[in-house]
This record gives sequence, C-alpha cells and structure tokens, in this order.
Amino acid sequence: MIPAAFDYHRPTDMAGVIALLQEHGDDARVMAGGHSLIPMMKLRMADVPHLIDLQSVSGLGGISIGSENIRIGAMVTQTDIIADDALAKGAPILREAALQIADPQVRNMGTVGGNVANGDPGNDMPGLMQCLDATFSLIGPDGVRDVPARDFYEAAYMTARTDEEVLTAVTIPLPAGGYAYEKQKRKIGDYATAAAAVQIVRDGNICTAASIAMTNLSDTPIYSEAAGAALVGTSVDDAALAAAADAMQGDIDPSEDNRGPVAFKKHVAGVIVRRAITRAWSRA
Amino acid sequence: MKDEVTRDERVANLKGMGCSRKRVEDARFTQGKGNYVDDIKLDGMLFGDFVRTPYAHARIVSINTEEALKVPGVLAVLTAADLEPLGLHWMPTLAGDKQMVLADGKVLFQGQEVAFVVAEDRYAAADGIELVEVEYEELPVIVDPFEALQSDVVLREDLVGEGGTLPDGAHGPRKHHNHIFRWEAGDRDPTAQVIAEAEVVAEESMYYHRTHPCPLETCGCVASMDKVNGKLTLWGTFQAPHAIRTVVSLISGIEEHNIRVISPDIGGGFGNKVGAYPGYVCSVVASIVTGKPVKWIEDRMDNLMTTAFARDYHMTGKIAATREGKITGLQCHVTADHGGFDACADPTKFPAGFMNICTGSYDIPTAYLEVDGVYTNKAPGGVSYRCSFRVTEAVYFIERMIEVLAIELNMDAAELRRINFIKKEQFPYTAALGWEYDSGDYHTAWDKALKAVDYEGLRAEQAQRVADFKAGKTRSLMGIGLSFFTEIVGAGPVKNCDILGLGMFDSCEIRIHPTGSAIARLGTISQGQGHATTFAQILASEIGLPADSITIEEGDTDTAPYGLGTYGSRSTPVAGAATAMAGRKIRAKAQMIAAYLLEVHDNDVEFDVDRFVVKGAPEKFKTMKEIAFAAYNQAIPGIEPGLEAVSYYDPPNMTYPFGAYVCVMDIDVDTGVPDIRRFYALDDCGTRINPMIIEGQVHGGLTEALAVSLGQEIAYDDMGNVKTGTLMDFFLPTAWEVPNYETDHTVTPSPHHPIGAKGVGESPHVGGVPCFSNAVQDAFRPFGNRHTNMPHDHWRIWKTAHDLGLHD
Repeated sequence: MIPAAFDYHRPTDMAGVIALLQEHGDDARVMAGGHSLIPMMKLRMADVPHLIDLQSVSGLGGISIGSENIRIGAMVTQTDIIADDALAKGAPILREAALQIADPQVRNMGTVGGNVANGDPGNDMPGLMQCLDATFSLIGPDGVRDVPARDFYEAAYMTARTDEEVLTAVTIPLPAGGYAYEKQKRKIGDYATAAAAVQIVRDGNICTAASIAMTNLSDTPIYSEAAGAALVGTSVDDAALAAAADAMQGDIDPSEDNRGPVAFKKHVAGVIVRRAITRAWSRA
Repeated sequence: MKDEVTRDERVANLKGMGCSRKRVEDARFTQGKGNYVDDIKLDGMLFGDFVRTPYAHARIVSINTEEALKVPGVLAVLTAADLEPLGLHWMPTLAGDKQMVLADGKVLFQGQEVAFVVAEDRYAAADGIELVEVEYEELPVIVDPFEALQSDVVLREDLVGEGGTLPDGAHGPRKHHNHIFRWEAGDRDPTAQVIAEAEVVAEESMYYHRTHPCPLETCGCVASMDKVNGKLTLWGTFQAPHAIRTVVSLISGIEEHNIRVISPDIGGGFGNKVGAYPGYVCSVVASIVTGKPVKWIEDRMDNLMTTAFARDYHMTGKIAATREGKITGLQCHVTADHGGFDACADPTKFPAGFMNICTGSYDIPTAYLEVDGVYTNKAPGGVSYRCSFRVTEAVYFIERMIEVLAIELNMDAAELRRINFIKKEQFPYTAALGWEYDSGDYHTAWDKALKAVDYEGLRAEQAQRVADFKAGKTRSLMGIGLSFFTEIVGAGPVKNCDILGLGMFDSCEIRIHPTGSAIARLGTISQGQGHATTFAQILASEIGLPADSITIEEGDTDTAPYGLGTYGSRSTPVAGAATAMAGRKIRAKAQMIAAYLLEVHDNDVEFDVDRFVVKGAPEKFKTMKEIAFAAYNQAIPGIEPGLEAVSYYDPPNMTYPFGAYVCVMDIDVDTGVPDIRRFYALDDCGTRINPMIIEGQVHGGLTEALAVSLGQEIAYDDMGNVKTGTLMDFFLPTAWEVPNYETDHTVTPSPHHPIGAKGVGESPHVGGVPCFSNAVQDAFRPFGNRHTNMPHDHWRIWKTAHDLGLHD
C-alpha cells in the first residue's frame, strides 16, 4: 500500500495548474481531496508521476446562492456542504446526500469537485448533480467552458473533461419542490448498492415536474428522463410509481459485485426509487 | 496504632475482585502513547516486504531479481533458493504440517510469499517488489474442498510418496492426495442406530463461511541479531511469545537462551497472531544476513489475504428426538477447508479443535462426530477467531440443529432447549463426545433471559406482524434469535493439551517489594483484554495489597515465566489460576512472618482483607505492607528473606462458561436490510473479576459476532482470487452498525478453578453468531424457511425472501 514515486506540485493559481498539465500531459493528475486518487495510487492502480495538489489554488472555494443559481466551488468539501445552512435551505437535497457519503473524516477532505470530476460510478454527487441539472465549469488552455452534468459522464472514470482541463465549479439552478436522496449501502463508508436522487414539483395533487437520477447502477450515473416523465401529470399514485420504476429499470445496467447479483440490484433500485419519490412527494 | 478505617473501606481500597476498576492500560492507549511493533525504531533498521503471487495455483518457472536490486536502497531479495541451505525454505506449522516460507517451486494460494525484498526503507522495498520478475505457469485452481477430494490435481506433491502412495499425515491415514486427516469422536454405530430408530430426525447441511479475525493492528515483527553477543531479539505481534521463542530456537538452531522474544502492546489478536508466519522467519534471516535489525509489517490486504483465516467448515448434521422433543442422538460430519497448508492452531491431539463440544448445552446420550480436513488453493489458517478452537463452529452447528429440529417438531425453540438442557444436578456432566462439563445452571439462566425480554410478548408481537404482512399492511418481518451456548475454554490440562509438544499450562511469578507494592509477571500477553487491570485485582484479593500497587508485566520472554500465551480464553482460566496460586504461596509465607511478628503460633493468625489478625483478637494484626517490609528487613528465625513466589498451573479440566442470548430483529423484506432492535446477553463466566471489563468484552465479542453473521467473509472466485481483500468489502462494523446491547449475568463458579472464574472474552462471539443468524432465519420460519447460510448480508437475506416467494 505504498505508491510509486511521484513529484508533488502545489501551485497557487490556475495558470500554474494548466501549465503543469500542459507540460506533463498524461503523466499529471490534479488532486482535490485525494480520497479517490490516493487509494488508487497506493494500490499502484493509478500511476501518477506528477501529482498537482489544488489545495493552495485560489478561487476554487466558496458557496454562493443567487436568485436563480447556486454556485459551489470545486474545493468545497462535503463537510462544508453539510455545514452551510443557507445551502440547506436553498437545496436541501445536497445536505441529505452529503450526510450519506462516507464518514466524517472522509467528508472533511472529500470535495464536491473531486467527487463529480473523477467519474467513479460509486460516487454520490454525479447522480445528484444530474438530478439537479447542474453545469460543470471547466478551465483549460483554451479557456473556460461549461458542460451539463447530464452530458459529462461517458464511462467509468471517463468524462467530457480533457486531460488538460480542471473542473472549477458546479452551478445548480435553484431547485423547486420536494426532494429526497435515498441510498442503500452495506455499512458506513460504503458506496451505494443503489441510490436515487429525486426532485419533484407539485401543483395541488398533480406532479408538474420530476427529475430522477440513480447512482452505482451502471458504469456512469443514470439520469432517467423517462422515470421523471412517468410522474408528470399524475398524482404520484401506485400506478405512477410503478411506471416510474419501470422506466428507470430501462435506463440502468447494474453489474454483479460483492453487494449482490444483478437481479438483486435491479429489485433494490426499484424499491429505492419508489421510496425516494414517495418521500420527495411528501415534501413537495 | 488504632485502625480508623472500616473493613468495608479496606476492601474497597484494594480494588480487588468484583470491582469495576478502570483499566490501567487505557491512559496510554487513549493518549496515543501505546508502544506497538511498528513504533519500534532501531538504529540502522531495514524493512522487508514480500513479492506475493497473484495466482492461486501456479508453478514458479523463474524469479529474476536483477532489476529490483538496482533500486536505490534495496539491499537484498531473498528467495526459497537462499533459504534452502539454511533449511528454512519450509517451516513447521502448529498443526503438524509444514509450510513454505517462500515459494519453493510452486504457489498454493493467492498472496503466498514468493520473495522477500530487504531495503533501507519501506518505500524502496515497495519499489523493489514491483521490479522482481516472476514467471508463473498457471495450474488448475481448486477452491472447493469437495472438488478437491475428487480431483486428480495434486496440490501438495511434497506429501505424495513414490508411485503415488499416500504417507500418513500428522493425524493419521489420508484417503486422497488432497485429504489432510480424518478425526472422529463418539460412537459411530450406536449413533447411526439411534438415528435409524428415532421417532423424529432433522437433517441439515450448513456452511460456516470463511472469515478473518482482522485485528486493528496487522501482524508484524522486528528481528535484531546482535552478532557480537550472538543474541537474537524478536519483537512481534505474538499471542504466544514463549512458544514463538521455542519454535524459533527449534527451527533456527539458535539456543533458546540466546533468543529474546518480546510482545509489546498488541492491537487485537483474536487468533490471527497465534501462528508463525513467513514474515517472522524472513525477518530473522534477513537480520542475520545483513547484521541489521529488520522490520516487517503487513498491510491490511496482506493481513486479510494471507495470515490466518477462521472457519470454512461445511457441516452436515442429523439430530434424533422423540415426538415430545427429547433429543436422543446427534451426528455431525464436517468437511474442513484448511487451504494450501494445514496451519490450524489447535492442540496437537485435536486437529478439529474442540469441535466435539458440538452436543452443546444439551443432555444428548449418543453422538458421533467425523471431520475431514482438506487442502485447497486458499490461504492457510483455521484459527480460533475469538473462540476456543472451533467452538464457534460447534455452537453454531448445534444451535442451528436445535432450530431445525424445532421446525421438524413444530415446537417452540425456547421450549425445545429447556426440555433438553443438562440439569444443574447433573454437573459435573460427561458429554457423549467426551468432555466433562464442570458446572452449570442452564435452566435458571434461560428463564431469566426469557423473562427479561418478555419472550411470550415477543412471540405474540411476531405473530401479529406475520398476520399484518400477509394482509399487506407491512413489508417488514420480525425475527427472534435465540442462542444458548456452552463454551469450552482454558486449554488446557497438559495430559491432553499441547501445541507442538508444548504443554498448555501457564504461569505467574510475583515479587513483593519491601514497601508493600509488587510486580507480577505472567506467561500470557494481553492484546486488549486488560490483563494489567484484572490480574492485579486477583492478586489484590489474594495477597491484600492494593491493585494500584501491583504492576503486571507480560510479553518479554527474558523476564516472564514460561507460558503458552493468550488465546482460546485461556488467560483467566489458566494464568489467572496461576496468579491466584502464586498469591497463596505469598500469603502462606506472610502468615508465618505475621505470626512471628505477633508472637503467636502460625495457626493462631488468619488472613483478613489486607492483614493477618490474631484469631479472636482483631485489634492485634500486621498489615501485608508491614509484613512485606519485615520479610526483607527483619531477621526471622527459620525463614529466608524476601517475599516472592512462582506458580506453574496445569489445569485439572477446562472451564465451561455459558450464556443465554436473545436478539430481536426487524427485516425489510424488499431490500434485505436487517435492523437489530434489541440484543440481550446473559453471561455466566463464573466468578466475575471486573464487571466493567466483562461488559466491554461482551460488547466487543457481540460486535464481532454481528460482523461474522451479517456480512464479514473472505470470499474467493473460481480462480482463487480473494474478492474481499480490503475493508471496503470485508465488513468491519462501526459504531453506526452496532445496536445497543443489554448485558446480564448469573454466577456459577467453576468448582476446580482456584477463584471459580471461567473466562468471558470469547463467549459473546461464540453465542452471538448463532443468535444473530437465528434471528434472521426465525423471521422467515413462518414462510417455510428452514436454513440459509451466513453471512446474512443484504442480498442473501433478500434472496431468502425472494426464494420464499415474498416478492411476488
């Protein structure tokens, strides 16, 4: 459990980060909290000759809540998310989800940016950001660009981010309605057996909008547009729940691991998404 | 001088037996001041680490160390070829087998040690490991013991004679080249007859999965060979430091007086640190070769994948009874998967440990046990993970068989137990498989437990829940887990208990200092049990000096008396007895001194708490403190100066702690998630030395039982790859997963132990595993469940529900 030798870089501004990425190409990786990358390096599954620590780069922190959007800097930790009362008011699903990530020690180091940028299908924030229709800001040698979370993930650890880009912030439209982040896991610190993020808007007894995303049930997070659509116009009764769960099943593609076989995961995904919808609806 | 202190106050001042004295160890442990093996830093110390095979079964074609030796800081790479001239490329196991220290031509399990890289620091060692080139030729992998017994594939060519003959193993004839031993207890034919003629027979097969003790601190050592004075010092995570010294001497040829083995603070053992591992041998050799101290410390994956696992027992049972539920016979067959080498840590005469305690707490007149040990391509081990030599397996077996019989008889499982308990007046009770149970009062304990949890009320609630479930009102079921266990601990009488020929007595040596304080040294070694606290309490009560004035020291073979160490709950039953007996020798001499000082005959004084008083004249006394001073500083005719004693205690019998546990669990049928609502644990460990430590031990043992029953496993795929080699997949519960435990007790002292204590550290694990498992299985009993195997993780519980049609 000892990594191969690497050079440690700690630039203080983004220009320095980009320059290092350009200089070292594939041999360089940026690190935020390090809770995904460092274990991979210790297992020698990730070979990173040049490690670029973002801790001293200015401008990557902070949570700001505007009239339409919430902006979260990439280096904001899960603990910061949990502690921010204004954020908990503006987008309560973030706190509910962050409290289900790992344990307090990991949350003290683990960042939003690292969680969404690494492309690990087990991470909770990618699905959550797809549910919230977040946008990721990337900076690279050619400047800044925004990529919707729903377009960002290509495969496990493969994203729309190029090797020379850094994810700097997440922007979320202020969510409306009820919310729920429901996660089944084997123990504290575990990735999800199945997890569902749900935001749902209600007008009287009718659902007018719904957004649903699933975690750790494919090699990417799964935004299930069809599942959300199945709820719109309904009173979120049993039939609607069944339709949403069925639609979600069409989008996920879980694989067997120590958490259980595919049939189990699909079944639990259905249960979890129904529970998440029901809770979100009750809060809408 | 007038005595102003009351007798009760004098008793309290001693902090002797029965006192919830705070653990004296905790000051350093809670402040990060412990001294563990990895804290040892010596001048010029080198680090060794292993190249390990990724294949579970392969021939070694070649090993090229050239590139590794070019890494700056790498000094040497040892292979079997380097150890062979020393005769150290293989080493004896505790089970009478032998084990490769470094791969000698082939490997038999994933993670097996292939080469030992010695470097100036652990980083260079890790880089060196990457560059050792090993060419493997893969061989067919066998991970299933039943397949192993049918297969033409020979795992251990070294155990096959000329022309394919099979020489006897350490435990007698072998029936196949992958067979290790067959061990029998009880009466085969009479048992078969009882079963054939029985009114009711319940039959079940169950697999007690492979798991791992997973102590917080992994295994490791520091070896330092001083070439000037010829002395080898070996610090290590040893649960049995003296046994390690003897074994090192026997295999290295270094005279035993030139070897000093030190177990410093140990961060949990649970059986994982009993055996001898290749890391120890390689560190010693590397220190001899380099002339420098060499440290070896496992990482977590090494620990989980290679050093001693626990269980892996395939058990098939038949239990016979009358229609009224009186058990008439029990038959058990075990196929025991021992991995690539037989490295179980059991007393020599017991290759399946004390599995023959599998008649449990019940008066079963006829029984037969047969165990077949088998080689497979898995890691060696088979240690007692927080239990005494396969007792966990035995108790799980009988407590499942009782439940299955209850189903067969359509009877309440609590009542079935009550009908069959050994009665109080039957003790000492000789069981059908040979053991003599020392004492017990099972009915009292059982009634107390059932009353405490309102058993009748729980059953009524459960019935209502089933009705609600069937009516579609809930998706949650309720399980009531019952377990009544009898442990067999304190190994053991030298007449039938030895490991590698070393008798399993233990020892205590006491020196009283002139000012009335003391140091006592024992042959055991605490790994978290709190010996420094509790042994001082035993002595305080025995010799009348305050526990706070008594230092307990263990683990240094140069200073401690010889003993067989700490595992199998043997410390209190054996070393605790030695402590009491040594204390009594101190007291006997103190009595003579007191009589002299009080100018009366020896028989005219009697011991009272912390002093000797003249019989009938309690105002005339000498305190132990005064006696200690006189022992050293006053010329007493006929008595030599000093106040010291040593006792080597060979126990006349094992001790048999017991307990009654009840678990109440709610189960989410749709997700397979269990929620432990209540856990009640009544333990009878005989005389209670420190109630607070007992409670802590019960909490810890139950938590490890929860882990094992609900998810903790070492799982292999068909290629022999370990699927659960990190703590992400190997379930180690945190405070979050652990329920609130209710503890309770009865006290039935051991009649043969000097202070009546039986030991408690392992009871909660032994009794807890079947209790958690029975709760899961009981929840599904109303729907036709008979038995499902552990670990009951979410998907397996879900599968049980699914297979019973509860998702339809």
